[in-house]
Amino acid sequence: MVDLFEANRQLVSSSDTACLAEIRDHAFAAFQKLGLPDTKQESWRHTDLRETLERGYDYHLSPLPEEDFQKVFRCNIPHLDTTIIGQLNGWHVSQDVPMMELGNGIIMGSLLEAKKKYPALIERYYGKAANDSIDALTALNTTFARDGVFIYIPSGIKSPKPVQLINVISHPENIFLQSRNLIVLGDHASLSLVHCDDSYNHQASFSNIVTEVFVGENAFLDHYKLQNLNNDSALISAVWFHLGKSAHLNSHYLSLNGGLIRNNIRLLFNGPHGNAFLYGLYLMDRNQQVDNQVFVDHAFPECTSTEVFKGILDESARGVFNGHVLVRKNSIKTDARQTNKNILLTDTARINSKPFLEIYNDDVKCSHGSTTGQLDNEALFYLRQRGIGEESARMLLMFAFADEIVEKIAIPQLRQRIEDMVKKRLQGELQICEQCILHCSTPDQPLEFTIDMSRI
Amino acid sequence: MLLQIKNLHAGINGKEILRGVDLEVDKGEVHAIMGPNGTGKSTLASVIAGRETFEVTSGEILYQGKNLQKLSVEERAREGIFLGFQYPVEIPGVSITNFMRTAVNEIRKYKGLDPLPGGEFIKLMEERKKLVEITSNLTNRSVNEGFSGGEKKKNEIFQMAMLEPVLAILDETDSGLDIDALRIVANGVNKLRRADNAFLVITHYQRLLEYIVPDFVHVLFEGKIVKSGGKELAIELEDRGYDWIKQEQA
Repeated sequence: MVDLFEANRQLVSSSDTACLAEIRDHAFAAFQKLGLPDTKQESWRHTDLRETLERGYDYHLSPLPEEDFQKVFRCNIPHLDTTIIGQLNGWHVSQDVPMMELGNGIIMGSLLEAKKKYPALIERYYGKAANDSIDALTALNTTFARDGVFIYIPSGIKSPKPVQLINVISHPENIFLQSRNLIVLGDHASLSLVHCDDSYNHQASFSNIVTEVFVGENAFLDHYKLQNLNNDSALISAVWFHLGKSAHLNSHYLSLNGGLIRNNIRLLFNGPHGNAFLYGLYLMDRNQQVDNQVFVDHAFPECTSTEVFKGILDESARGVFNGHVLVRKNSIKTDARQTNKNILLTDTARINSKPFLEIYNDDVKCSHGSTTGQLDNEALFYLRQRGIGEESARMLLMFAFADEIVEKIAIPQLRQRIEDMVKKRLQGELQICEQCILHCSTPDQPLEFTIDMSRI
Repeated sequence: MLLQIKNLHAGINGKEILRGVDLEVDKGEVHAIMGPNGTGKSTLASVIAGRETFEVTSGEILYQGKNLQKLSVEERAREGIFLGFQYPVEIPGVSITNFMRTAVNEIRKYKGLDPLPGGEFIKLMEERKKLVEITSNLTNRSVNEGFSGGEKKKNEIFQMAMLEPVLAILDETDSGLDIDALRIVANGVNKLRRADNAFLVITHYQRLLEYIVPDFVHVLFEGKIVKSGGKELAIELEDRGYDWIKQEQA
């Protein structure tokens, strides 16, 4: 990696302003110092990247030819009206429109383009939430990332439609991609953002994606991460949230499929009276791994954070939940709750759950809890005694368990879609069909992107 | 004969609880099973329903001429056996409406019928709710979650009314009920009594039997039915307690 960067430094930094180039250089130095994570580090104790990293990958440090992925936009939107921003293999799909500028000041499009067009705006936020010196993979991303998505909602503006950021991986060779997203909501702004990571074929991939999210004073972000990738994919997603005074965040992490999914969620309350709900649902089977690392920094008083992460692990799936809430000395009247609940369907499924509170003042309300168990046999008997077959009864109980998270989805069409997908996933129907994971019914459909994006 | 239990021996983890139960129930009849705590009343109910934690070691249960032991829990239910639970389980996230629709349609499928159309299902539900004086919002809630003791038992009778079983076993449905709830529950049962169904009412006290008048009363003691009679036996037990039964057995 170090050699790769040194050999391509000029290309990679070609669109950087002096300020951004400096951030890149610092990140490179930080990465060299930190090195790739290994299982000796506490937060990587249960997730070993070695095997995944040893597979050979293609690196693309410049955008791929655009003709190849025009198909990405062949989707119609019958039920849910959204603004779609597409990424293919980590590169923004421009379709000759690299930036959308809506009349009310909203900007959306390619980060690569935004660096040229709005350098001052980018410099104001880029690298300000993500901390390269404490996270090697974030540093690696900052070192290499050129493109990704930039979304800017100016102060006082409410995005009229939900925005769908769709990152599709579809490449004939194994691919290593590192894209970077920057989402900025000004004061009193509002946005619903649906962020999907999907793979489109069975080729192995390693995605190291960093997203920085700034939610301004009194602003509101309703955020969804929907992860549905093939079994040879590794997705390392770091999202760095900065919440301003009285900002409100609802974030939903829905991990439906993927070889290895690691969500590194880092939230900083950067002003008082912030409110954050972080929900997670993961449904894993076979040898899949999911690792949710949630760090919430109550750096200001009177903020509220609620974490509810739930998972169902089948076969030999492994899960990790590491929740860390830090309540600083002056952060009085903090209200922080952490919950992690798991159902293990087999003896070989495993979960390592560690909710953790670190509190430096007395005037707080904090709680944490973690439960892991099997399906409730009493409830199964009850359902069966009413004539419901054992399989249906199991499904009903699993769905009910998952629904505590699904029902929190505020966009009705999206909720309906996720409900269907969760049901399909629990019935084992999603996995038969990975080429078109979301919508197709046969595994050998032609490679066409006819997914009904609106219903994702 | 609807139900024939012959010399039934059953237990849990190698411990024998039922030690030779004989019982016959015909359609149109209400039987009460009484007896002191720990004599096997709930075990009998569970074994008829097919709870797998109990093991039948000898004897047999015939239901409409079929050997019940060959049927799974859900098959017995679809054949018309209903168990009203002493302690109904809370199932967070499953609404009563969804639960009942699934149950009704799985039973219909077993009988070779098409699913009940949505409108008809709602109508049926509204009608049966009235039977047990259930307010409308209860059915939108998760099954038994946060229900009071009375609500849980009313919900059991409501489910029974929805599924219209042939043989309903009510396991201490009266426990934990105040007099108003008891009256509502008993009224529900009485409205569902017909010539083509039967009830097995398990109770510790005679109180419930003032409202649901049984045709037969049996005393289960140490895993056997040791005395049977008419409804007057229940009154005698209320007056004299169970000690005289124990002495007779000794």
